[in-house]
Amino acid sequence: MLTFTIRRLVLAVPTLLFIALVIFLLLELAPGDPMAQVPLTVPPEVKEKMRLALGLGEPAYIRFWKWIVQFYWIEPQVLFDHIFGTHFAEGKLRVISWQTRSPVMDIVVQRIPQTLWVVGTAYVVAILIALPIGIYSAYRQYSWFDQLGTFVSMVGFSVPPFFSGVLVIVIFSVNLGWFPSIYDTTLKVVDWDSFMLQLQQMIMPVMVLALQITAQISRFMRASMLDNLNQDYVRTARAKGLGEYTVVMLHVLRNSMIPVVTVIALGVPAIFGGAIITEQVFKVNGIGQLLIGAIQANDLPMVQTLAFIFAILIVLFNLIADVLYGILDPRIRYD
Amino acid sequence: MTEPRHDPASDPVDTVAAIIAHDHTAPLGSGPHPDRPPRSQWLDVWDQFKTHKGALWGGIIFVLIVAGVFLGPLVWSIDPTHIDIRARNQGPNLSHPFGTDQLGRDIMARMMAGGQTSVSVGITAMLLALFLGSFVGVTAGFFRRLDGPLMRLTDLFLALPLLPLLLVMMLLFREPLNAAFGPEQGIFILIVCAIGITSWMPTARIVRGDVLALKEREFVLAARSIGTTNTKMITRHILPNVLSPIMVSATLGIATAIITESALSFLGLGFPPDFPTWGRLLFDGTDYLQQYPERVIWPGVAISLTVLSVNYLGDGLRDALDPRIRGR
Repeated sequence: MLTFTIRRLVLAVPTLLFIALVIFLLLELAPGDPMAQVPLTVPPEVKEKMRLALGLGEPAYIRFWKWIVQFYWIEPQVLFDHIFGTHFAEGKLRVISWQTRSPVMDIVVQRIPQTLWVVGTAYVVAILIALPIGIYSAYRQYSWFDQLGTFVSMVGFSVPPFFSGVLVIVIFSVNLGWFPSIYDTTLKVVDWDSFMLQLQQMIMPVMVLALQITAQISRFMRASMLDNLNQDYVRTARAKGLGEYTVVMLHVLRNSMIPVVTVIALGVPAIFGGAIITEQVFKVNGIGQLLIGAIQANDLPMVQTLAFIFAILIVLFNLIADVLYGILDPRIRYD
Repeated sequence: MTEPRHDPASDPVDTVAAIIAHDHTAPLGSGPHPDRPPRSQWLDVWDQFKTHKGALWGGIIFVLIVAGVFLGPLVWSIDPTHIDIRARNQGPNLSHPFGTDQLGRDIMARMMAGGQTSVSVGITAMLLALFLGSFVGVTAGFFRRLDGPLMRLTDLFLALPLLPLLLVMMLLFREPLNAAFGPEQGIFILIVCAIGITSWMPTARIVRGDVLALKEREFVLAARSIGTTNTKMITRHILPNVLSPIMVSATLGIATAIITESALSFLGLGFPPDFPTWGRLLFDGTDYLQQYPERVIWPGVAISLTVLSVNYLGDGLRDALDPRIRGR
């Protein structure tokens, strides 16, 4: 198991390098000009100097190498310094945003808590809802509950977040006036009242995200339970005289959870990507909105870094899913 | 997902039993009379498909939407770009069933025009993704030497963050394509290519798996032993047999492509503002959310209904095309 994990970790490095190269080349081949926003009154020679100041004068491979070094070598040092109070990264050049002239990672670190709060809560809520639905609809296959669950998850698959988000704003915010339509990130939770406010503004984005995730996970849970319910060991357990609760909740559920856990792990990065739209609808200033803003402002270092962070999440959670599968299911031996 | 049914009339085992039983009593010499006309595979598929009510309705609704969007303008002949500023911001009424927008343009006409774009983008992008996916899948499954590299490539594509990349592609390649093909054609080509290039991977994986299994079958060996060339082998023997997973991918691909296009338009990185698509109409409607919520509802319902019907259609097709389920 350990050798497998190490092998996968080593394999992840070329994958990530390839993705970094794809993202870099995509931005490189693109004809967009970072100087397009500069007023026309600025003379060409000044523009040329500004280009050089942004580091655009060097050939592409040097810039790629520098970005790799900054991202993989200097940024971890900054993190290390921040945690242990050392001075490894002092005076070294970090990835700088063209918009704000401050290090990209600092802005990302500012934005991540908002995303994690909303997306994380939605994921937990969705799993808590989806598992019982999946279990019960498999146990009572083709009952009205199962049919309803199928329909609801189909709707969850089909209604895009930019419509369900706007719809809940119309219903709960415009018509009923229960919740604010805009997420206020300056709100600090200090007492009970501010906690209630935070809860109120989180309900709608969490609801929208959770609908989609619930739809997927409950389908997987149902299918996995159905696979296991017809197995011989279930008949044996029943024949031994075990109670129905023990059979379903201990024997079947534990075995059905194996694929579901990996699906849950695989879904995490997709959620970060999907949350871009939800963040945009509810004006949550998380990393999704940061990406949209950076794209609109032609801030290439920011776009590059953010896209790469998403890629790291995908590769990382793929790895976690594979390892979890091996740990949970003793029948699978990778070595 | 359909309930396995037991229909004695169409169950081959029962039919055989009936014929045998019948033959015992019949005088010798008069051979067994087939009491039903011969059935083709597609008739069986259709029979199974019909039993899936959700899929049947999904298919009907999808055809209705496509017909309404493409044939509707023949009946409802108001120009979607016609500005009638005195009739602006009207609610639904007889002369404008869906109301008018802030410039007095008829929303029903704009919904039809937007639907044409959204559905064409969905279908074209799906065809591109399907072509790429089937090509990679068949090549990887058929030629052992290419299997490793092509599947690693698929894995790499699966690890790319798709929505951020799509957004970046939209931003970067919009101008040159606009200059080359004009604003509408350019964006259409860009969106279709972007969605197609980023969504072929699931099809490739499924098709490769099926091709690998098919390659070991006797009929492939037989075809090879009479000297069939690789090209003929793929076009005559392999492709027809992997048609069913490709068809299921096709329906699901339309759904994803429509949602992705709408998402791009909604984020302001899709078609230009004066060129309506459902996502763009939804995006424009959010500005007037408080006063005229129906402007958001129409395109939203259109997108959701289309995707829902296509998803149900794909679900039914999967059951109907799977011979293990169909036989029951």
